[in-house]
Amino acid sequence: MAQEHAHFHPGSKQEHFDPSSHIAPISMYVGIWAALMIFTGVTVFAATIELHVFNIVLALLIATIKGTLVVLFFMHLRYSTKLTMVTVVAAIFFLLILFSLSMTDYLTRDWLTFVSH
Amino acid sequence: MATSDIQVAEHAFQHHFADMEQQRETSTFGMWMFLLTEIMFFGGLFCAYLVYRASYYQAFVEGSQKMNIWLGATNTAVLICSSLTMALAVRCAQLGKRKLMGWLLIFTMIFGFAFLGIKAKEYTEHWENHEFPGPHFHFQTGDPQHPATDPVHTEIYFSLYWAMTGLHALHMIIGIGLVTWILLAGMAGAYSPIYYSPVENVGLYWHFVDLVWIYLFPLLYLISKKHGGA
Repeated sequence: MAQEHAHFHPGSKQEHFDPSSHIAPISMYVGIWAALMIFTGVTVFAATIELHVFNIVLALLIATIKGTLVVLFFMHLRYSTKLTMVTVVAAIFFLLILFSLSMTDYLTRDWLTFVSH
Repeated sequence: MATSDIQVAEHAFQHHFADMEQQRETSTFGMWMFLLTEIMFFGGLFCAYLVYRASYYQAFVEGSQKMNIWLGATNTAVLICSSLTMALAVRCAQLGKRKLMGWLLIFTMIFGFAFLGIKAKEYTEHWENHEFPGPHFHFQTGDPQHPATDPVHTEIYFSLYWAMTGLHALHMIIGIGLVTWILLAGMAGAYSPIYYSPVENVGLYWHFVDLVWIYLFPLLYLISKKHGGA
């Protein structure tokens, strides 16, 4: 049975229109690689400048730009199904819940001293 | 070619899927769900890092001064190169270029080993300097004029450093094993432009491990190059 199914579908025409089997040009991959290398240099350089609290903000901003490039192009999210996109958004969403709720606890513990007096 | 593309598809096709299209989409979705759990897994460590860094900032700055920024930056570049060869290997799988895919996977593995080699050199230096948490932990800043202000909490920095980079290195070792598997299976003709999900999914795993390092590098190595140490 499995063999019969396989006969009908694999070579079908829709294969070429399927977004998930999108074949990106080599130039795109090399371009993303170059951008990632440049941003690595930028983040090392940025760490040598005194920006106080904005050092970490800038470092995380650059890391997030690099991460977005990796996910969208190297991991093909741009050419993936809506279901896969929702999965990735869910991952970011729950990660932010983890960070934000934990930090609202730890960063506000000192505030209790004002209340108790 | 030993096997035709259709034969490969017939062999790979699972009866509970409607067609190869659905099978591939399901497989990619499953891999992303696994990566979601991996993100939350590493996320716990990143959260612990954020909490302790916010609480003992100076201790973390002093710890990060001991990192070799150039080795860390080189390793970042090595991983980015490995991601490029991995992405191109997946592209070759999509196009059915088996031989080129094999070479690109070999280069990916070489970059992977280079990363682990550089990491091992860093680990050796930290180990010899007693910068490993536990009974023999002993922390000194590089500058005798400015002794360590808070070595107890710098030990927490090093606990997180070893745990996070160690877990990342473990993922690299598993990744090299997975690349070996698809290299051997690919050479044996297991994949074709109609069926290449294992290559695509190992690629997703490899890029994910790269993604984790993209955040680890600035957080552990680049806390502050200039306004720390004093």
